[in-house]
Amino acid sequence: MRYSGWKVIKEALTGHRGWGPAWRDATPKADYDTIIIGGGGHGLATAYYLAKHFKQSRIAVLEKGWIGGGNVGRNTTIIRSNYLLDGNEPFYEFSLKLWEGLEQELNYNAMVSQRGILNLIHSDAQRDAFIRRGNAMMLNGADADLLTTAQIKERYPFLNTEDARFPIKGGLAQHRGGTVRHDAVAWGYARGADMHGVDIIQNCEVTGFRIEDGAVKGVETTRGYIGAKKVASCVAGSSSRVMEKAGMRLPIESHVLQAFVSEGLKPVLPGVITFGAGHFYCSQSDKGGLVFGGDIDGYNSYAQRGNLPVIEDVAEGGMAIFPMLGRARLLRMWGGVMDMSMDGSPIIDRTHIDGLYFNGGWCYGGFKATPASGFAYAHLLATDTPHETATAYRFDRFARGRMIDEKGMGNQPNLH
Amino acid sequence: MIIDHPLLGPRDASEFVYKGDAALIHRPDGMAEDALEAFIDYGYLRDNPAGEHRELWFHEQGDRSWLVVTRNTLTHEIASVELARDVARREGRNK
Repeated sequence: MRYSGWKVIKEALTGHRGWGPAWRDATPKADYDTIIIGGGGHGLATAYYLAKHFKQSRIAVLEKGWIGGGNVGRNTTIIRSNYLLDGNEPFYEFSLKLWEGLEQELNYNAMVSQRGILNLIHSDAQRDAFIRRGNAMMLNGADADLLTTAQIKERYPFLNTEDARFPIKGGLAQHRGGTVRHDAVAWGYARGADMHGVDIIQNCEVTGFRIEDGAVKGVETTRGYIGAKKVASCVAGSSSRVMEKAGMRLPIESHVLQAFVSEGLKPVLPGVITFGAGHFYCSQSDKGGLVFGGDIDGYNSYAQRGNLPVIEDVAEGGMAIFPMLGRARLLRMWGGVMDMSMDGSPIIDRTHIDGLYFNGGWCYGGFKATPASGFAYAHLLATDTPHETATAYRFDRFARGRMIDEKGMGNQPNLH
Repeated sequence: MIIDHPLLGPRDASEFVYKGDAALIHRPDGMAEDALEAFIDYGYLRDNPAGEHRELWFHEQGDRSWLVVTRNTLTHEIASVELARDVARREGRNK
């Protein structure tokens, strides 16, 4: 069933009785060519591109709960490609280009809104760093725009530009950045994958791998054994737990990242703002709530909830740039489990076990990467070679000293 | 989260800095045959369990002691807190 304006009008006039389910609730077959573990944004995108662009068939996505119930349902929905390093920037720019065509590609309204992202500058050193970053972005085909304080004041008159402690000295804007409806990303990819024959199997937890002579044969699940030529893990947050069942240790720690939403307000914040001096980022949802977040809690956690000190820290960061935030009530907060890799960059690679593939370590940047992550992972699964934008995301980069250390924090995952 | 410091009593976790898995106490021998492998493992690979986890916390805003905290990563419940020095000695280190 394709969605269109005519379909909406027809259904409106006929009592909305013609809408079918967007995807089938498949039951597992005995075996598949490719099994993707994890029905989140990345897993479903991988299945979609693998079926659609790489013409593979007999694909299943196994999800232990319901699709889109993990980190893709627990984030702040921001998309951008304002990265610095060669290993990263082409990949995230590729992702932003896929976002731009996503709704047409999927025939699904994902509410892709290129409302722009603005990184505020508070010191001369930060300005130098952002000019360098902007140049790196433009060299890779992305857009970057250095704004003066006056230009920022015109667009965001409520920002606290007068405070001597955090004076706003300008900003780096990426006008093509913005936000996307996170649930719709999972649902759109699920529907697209289903239309290309992918079996989406929910309530099916992988409990073990069947590995013979160094090659994977299939997976044990709560719904029985399922054979597969290739098994692809894509379970950010639970990567260590799943790969441990295949006997692997990963360069990953799981940390919790909290996010917050205020009560609904009239439109005040046209784009996404990040506050570099205190680490705070904020956008306004289409329903009016201010959606914001800050640092991770910084210690290993699978709890999917946070602790009060970080709530206080984030609220302080928000108050420092726009004091009016103090008038809004905090409606709710949530925590997602982040796959913090040792250098702050992701891994998309084969493992030492034949037929077993890994995608994870997205830290807190996984949402914006969803389309490119899916495409690059599908490329790897179909061709056994990394996609041209993801050649740096290998396991061996730590051993070879080729870390992609965007924040310059070394192997300290809690600092990225 | 409250960490019950063995010398100072209960303290808020925000006084501390998290320093990672307690296995980091045991730095490999740099002169050993397999030093390269051992250091890749030590520097980058982690067990990252869901459940009981032994980890290092540094009391930066307090007496600057290093603690080994045994904490459940699913519930944030803390089972025990010891001085890292005592743990290191008990596990065979001489200082």
